[in-house]
Amino acid sequence: MKDNTGWLRWAFWIILVLFLGWDFLRSPAIDLRQEPPLVAAGSGQVVEGGHCSSAK
Amino acid sequence: MKRFPLAAAMAAFFIALVWSVSVRQAVLFLVGIGYGAVLAGARFGFTTGWRTLVEQRDPRGAYGQLLLLALAAVLAMPLLGRFTELHAALGPPSVSLLVGAFVFGLAMQIADGCGSGTLYKAGLGVPLNMAILPLFAIGSFLGSAQMHDWLALGQLKPVGLVQDWGVGPALAATLVALAVLAIVVRLWVGPGKPLFEKRWVWGAIALAVLATINLVIAGQPWGVVYGFGLWAAKGAQALGLFHPAQNPYWGDAGNMQRLAQSALLDVTSITNMGLLCGALWVSARKPPGAKPLSPRQWAIGLAAGFMLGYSSRLAFGCNVGAMFSGISTGSVHGWIWMAMAFLGTLIGVRARRRLAF
Repeated sequence: MKDNTGWLRWAFWIILVLFLGWDFLRSPAIDLRQEPPLVAAGSGQVVEGGHCSSAK
Repeated sequence: MKRFPLAAAMAAFFIALVWSVSVRQAVLFLVGIGYGAVLAGARFGFTTGWRTLVEQRDPRGAYGQLLLLALAAVLAMPLLGRFTELHAALGPPSVSLLVGAFVFGLAMQIADGCGSGTLYKAGLGVPLNMAILPLFAIGSFLGSAQMHDWLALGQLKPVGLVQDWGVGPALAATLVALAVLAIVVRLWVGPGKPLFEKRWVWGAIALAVLATINLVIAGQPWGVVYGFGLWAAKGAQALGLFHPAQNPYWGDAGNMQRLAQSALLDVTSITNMGLLCGALWVSARKPPGAKPLSPRQWAIGLAAGFMLGYSSRLAFGCNVGAMFSGISTGSVHGWIWMAMAFLGTLIGVRARRRLAF
């Protein structure tokens, strides 16, 4: 059977890439000197990432 | 679609992340690709596993999930005890958790995808799941924006077994509870049924290893829903529909910071992107093969997708952030989530059959 969902896949990925590009351009420049440690475990730095389990 | 151009595009994005964001985020993108490749390659579905257990008394999906939870707990809990920088997925037991997990368990059967399932099926190119993703994000954003009102209905402090009992007792209690569930499942399905499926065994092992790498690198367990809500919140803010400073959840300093900075710096967003890419890579060899839906089924499926997003915020995570990461890092809210979502699934599988999905 002919796959007619190709346009939807393209639209999905184009919108996602455009969103990320728009968000990157509107956000403040990333300060590479403040880069988080590659490995949090043992780094001694407190982690401050957002997580779905958090109530705030 | 060919795999080589996809691999080249993903490699280019990885290099761009290393160059202009951070090495950590680039490595987390690879972890996300691993999630997507394993979930899509093994068709490791939380939703389908529960449905086949209820409808066909087939235990293989549920046993794959129990194996995954046990392996992840064995790996994660000692690390949480050893490194103070690492966080468990601790959500508060609350009225919102009871309601949210129940509705999520129901809606995921209709939408045929949980948090990770919606993502990997969208990456595979399943039309309904691709269309659901933006609604999931909007629902997740609205749920987080109203979370304060839901919490006012009643909540307890989060309970972390590793923090309260120590690593040994927490791990022992978790493994015993999972073993009890395995026995209950075995009794429910009756004798003579195969308990394990090869692809779900290797899928469980691979996911447990990837989730542990996620925890060690990011300092927090695997999550899905936060990233969705963040994306929709950014859109709502840009359109002037929403002022984060006036909202108790988004007005929190950490959330305000993540709203202001690029999504490429957010842990959950970057693993979500990797997951989509990993599933897309798998789809080059394994097309999704979804059956066509009627307009009524589309409308119901999309509404269920919105409810998935909204309810997962009330429940402090989906099957990944709440159940998988919660239970494997010793959070009591993960166990409550599992029980309530399973009750919702019992209704959801009947609704799914009635709606002829």
